[in-house]
Amino acid sequence: MGRLSVSLCGIPLDNPVIPASGTFGFGYEFAEWYDINCLGAFSFKGTTREPRFGNPTPRIADCPSGMLNAVGLQNPGVKDVVRRELPKLKAVYRKPVMANVSGFSPEEYAEVCEILSRESQVGWLEVNISCPNVHGGGMSFGTDPKAAAEVTRAVKRVSLKPVIMKLSPNVADIVPIAKACEDAGADGLSLINTLQGMRIDLKTRRPVLKNTLGGLSGPAVFPVALRMVWQASRAVRIPVVGMGGVSSAEDVLEMMMAGAAAVEVGAANLRDPLACKKIIDSLPAAMDKYGIQTLSELGGLSHG
Amino acid sequence: MNHHILTIIENTFIAKNTYKLLLRGPTLEEQHPGRFVNLLLPGLFLRRPLSVCDSDPGSLLLVYKTVGRGTEQLSALSPGETLDVLTDLGNGYGLSPSGESPLLLGGGAGVPPLYLLARRLRRSGRKVTAVLGFNTAAEAFGADAFRALGCDVTVTTADGSLGRRGFVTDAMPPDYTYFYACGPEPMLRAVHRLTRTSGQFSLEERMGCGFGACMGCTCRTPAGPKRICREGPVLEKEEILWEG
Repeated sequence: MGRLSVSLCGIPLDNPVIPASGTFGFGYEFAEWYDINCLGAFSFKGTTREPRFGNPTPRIADCPSGMLNAVGLQNPGVKDVVRRELPKLKAVYRKPVMANVSGFSPEEYAEVCEILSRESQVGWLEVNISCPNVHGGGMSFGTDPKAAAEVTRAVKRVSLKPVIMKLSPNVADIVPIAKACEDAGADGLSLINTLQGMRIDLKTRRPVLKNTLGGLSGPAVFPVALRMVWQASRAVRIPVVGMGGVSSAEDVLEMMMAGAAAVEVGAANLRDPLACKKIIDSLPAAMDKYGIQTLSELGGLSHG
Repeated sequence: MNHHILTIIENTFIAKNTYKLLLRGPTLEEQHPGRFVNLLLPGLFLRRPLSVCDSDPGSLLLVYKTVGRGTEQLSALSPGETLDVLTDLGNGYGLSPSGESPLLLGGGAGVPPLYLLARRLRRSGRKVTAVLGFNTAAEAFGADAFRALGCDVTVTTADGSLGRRGFVTDAMPPDYTYFYACGPEPMLRAVHRLTRTSGQFSLEERMGCGFGACMGCTCRTPAGPKRICREGPVLEKEEILWEG
């Protein structure tokens, strides 16, 4: 056990840094920049039953200290993920990967989870009930405790791997949703997905995004994310993966002090392809600075 | 794909809203024509992609138009300042199908990437014709540089204030073996419709990362979705499905 090692749903991680789904593809693009085996784990591109093109472009808008995206779950579908993406990933990554799953009905979530949980490369299922950029699915399951519990039960019934429910910040109170997922059998929670946002182009007087609305991520959302991780982690006994604007080793420490068992890094990867490696490399010095011997001692200091 | 910290040697106004940015870095490699670089700019979260106008080992020339906050910020930077740059991004132009007498069609901010292409085509002995289109004389640039390479150059302006009045498609020569086009979408659509040979288009889209991670810039093609930043920005004529 190193100073940086933590554990997530019983699976040991060399460190708590996990690139977030949608910002890391299926890993191999980043393997051209650095050896991605230095990561704690990573969460691959949100996968649905059918292939999806996603939303029309523009899908991206720059924002103060962050960005909007309305990609809309572009992915090749679960069959191609298993047949093509996972073997390509295997060539560059030897640790368990987090399989991120999206859907439009509890049955679809369950079907995709069942397929992916049988893959030996998959360590965890991260079930996205919080995508703000698709209609008739995604976030609509993550904003209602009953619907969140229904998806949780459906995927738990068929999954051989720990199930982490990925929650939306676009709710008045995160606690009932977090508790509903825990009561329905979730093994962990991850939050936050993006916050719904919008930008208008002053020249054209039209929304920048073709989808009009998108999801805000990046440093701008960090305090909101930290608050919700703190609220959720003190309300449940299952581990919480914290994410939202994490960009530095200090942000990782802060998230873990708020109650996160591990930390996902999203938008930072798009700005700097080496972001996660830099964060991991700078964790020991940041820990020294704040007198932290091991990361495993941190979990939820602020809950006392 | 590479990462460099480059020093600004020159960042000067060359035409209306248009700047020439010369960057140096000791480890910088010669870039393939049609590829792009992605610049981290002060105060902005996402990088800004710019096509490569010219490249030699150790130096990089970008010509850009100020179209928004990113390029406006860039135009305010001074020689001596440094930029964090991802280089060698995208697929770039394929030179082998050009034939003996390729036609280059550039519109406004789409002219710069054709310069390095013209240089390479001339180096391999091709007879290059370039038609460069602008809105008006004040926005025109680059014709002399293409002429200095030995290209046959025609300039068009929409208002007739320089060269031939009209669009690049009004000044296409009758005979050419292949074409390369870069410019605003209405121009590219017209080129697609009016050219009789195969050719390549360099496309533009708002990007998140620029290196294939975020799926922010995907377009549809007959062979399935392609990322402009990774499988593009250059697509072949047959791959393009204009939407809307």
